[in-house]
Amino acid sequence: MSRTDGRTMRRPEALVEYLLRLGDDRLVLGHRTSEWCGHGPILEEDIALTNVALDLVGEAQLFLNLAGQTEGEGRDADALAYWRDETGFRNVQLVELPPGDFAFTVVRQFLFSAWAHGQLEALASVGHDELAGIAAKAAKENRYHLRHAGEWVVRLGDGTDESHRRAQSALDELWPWTVELWYQDDVDRTLQAEGLAPDPETLRPAYDALVKDVLSRATLTVPDVPMRMVGGRRGRHSEFLGHMLAEMQIVARSHPGASW
Amino acid sequence: MTRGTVPATPAEVIEILHEVKDPEVPVIDVVELGVVRGATIEGDRVTVDITPTYSGCPAMRLIETEIEAALQRHGVAEVTVRTVFNPPWTTDWMSAEAREKLRAYGIAPPGPTGGASQELVPLMGPARSVACPYCGSKQTRLESEFGSTACKSIHVCLSCHQPFEHFKSI
Repeated sequence: MSRTDGRTMRRPEALVEYLLRLGDDRLVLGHRTSEWCGHGPILEEDIALTNVALDLVGEAQLFLNLAGQTEGEGRDADALAYWRDETGFRNVQLVELPPGDFAFTVVRQFLFSAWAHGQLEALASVGHDELAGIAAKAAKENRYHLRHAGEWVVRLGDGTDESHRRAQSALDELWPWTVELWYQDDVDRTLQAEGLAPDPETLRPAYDALVKDVLSRATLTVPDVPMRMVGGRRGRHSEFLGHMLAEMQIVARSHPGASW
Repeated sequence: MTRGTVPATPAEVIEILHEVKDPEVPVIDVVELGVVRGATIEGDRVTVDITPTYSGCPAMRLIETEIEAALQRHGVAEVTVRTVFNPPWTTDWMSAEAREKLRAYGIAPPGPTGGASQELVPLMGPARSVACPYCGSKQTRLESEFGSTACKSIHVCLSCHQPFEHFKSI
């Protein structure tokens, strides 16, 4: 559990939490993206979205397996994915929102990938061999996701009246959730002190510049709206995550230990 | 069924692993692909280190099973396949011979990483030029950076009008 009582967390405890955050962001976004399988607007996009989902779920598996190994209680990625309840998940709420329309999906992917880019590039050189290796691989995959989503944001934003309206509406709805990307607590600070995690604030200028560049090319405007409450990193989620998990976990929970 | 002789050195283990083909691209083997990172022998046990290509590549589990099977065919009693993550796999590890095999198979091989593959949002600028594996023309168009498998993108040749796949540089 995260602590806010000022007591210093121990490194393994903080690392497990941090790895759950990395893994859960990707597991939940990967699942949401996979909901497009068979529903993409065109065949190439159906394939692209399912490829992105596959990368994200694969990255989640690596981070969650490492979380389980670090925890040392015998849980692997499957145990963590299928047997934790909603309050055990550590993802940002941005990724748990339903996929919405295609504009919503690509604007969210862009905002997430732009943020993840800085995080993963920084993690690729931390002093933990396995974490650094997994992050370096994910960083490469994330470049493809970022490029793909960013190009769609520009096409839709600077496209027809209808595509512009949908992209702007997606941005208006998603923007308030981005506040949580910059959330920090004892987990982050403990790992920063150990040189195992970057300070998110140092990554923010590059993120701001990238997002500003793409949104301006897309003729989209950052909305002037109040930010949402944070909570996902400590297990407090929107109403949407529980519904998603019910679908994601039902088979594993109905047939424990099944293999095929 | 035992075939050949039991490998006595890591180099002989690697030689055997050339029998294991990439399940998605069967013209190249797992050593040429750069997935095999090393092998060690301790008594009856052979340990092979592999590294995943893409995080979610579904072929990795099959590759592990086939590595075990190949070594067992050569009489190795105990096989352990370990996954290592650092350094992460890159297409730069693919040999020149492997690239030529890909091209002959109809898949444009990866170029060096860096350059265009590092761009974040090129915003539909000039497409990265990938030579057509059929006619060699550089007049080709990128259709999608995501294709039939995690490692491939889809292109069309504007000279011979053949659609083709490209093994992405990563």
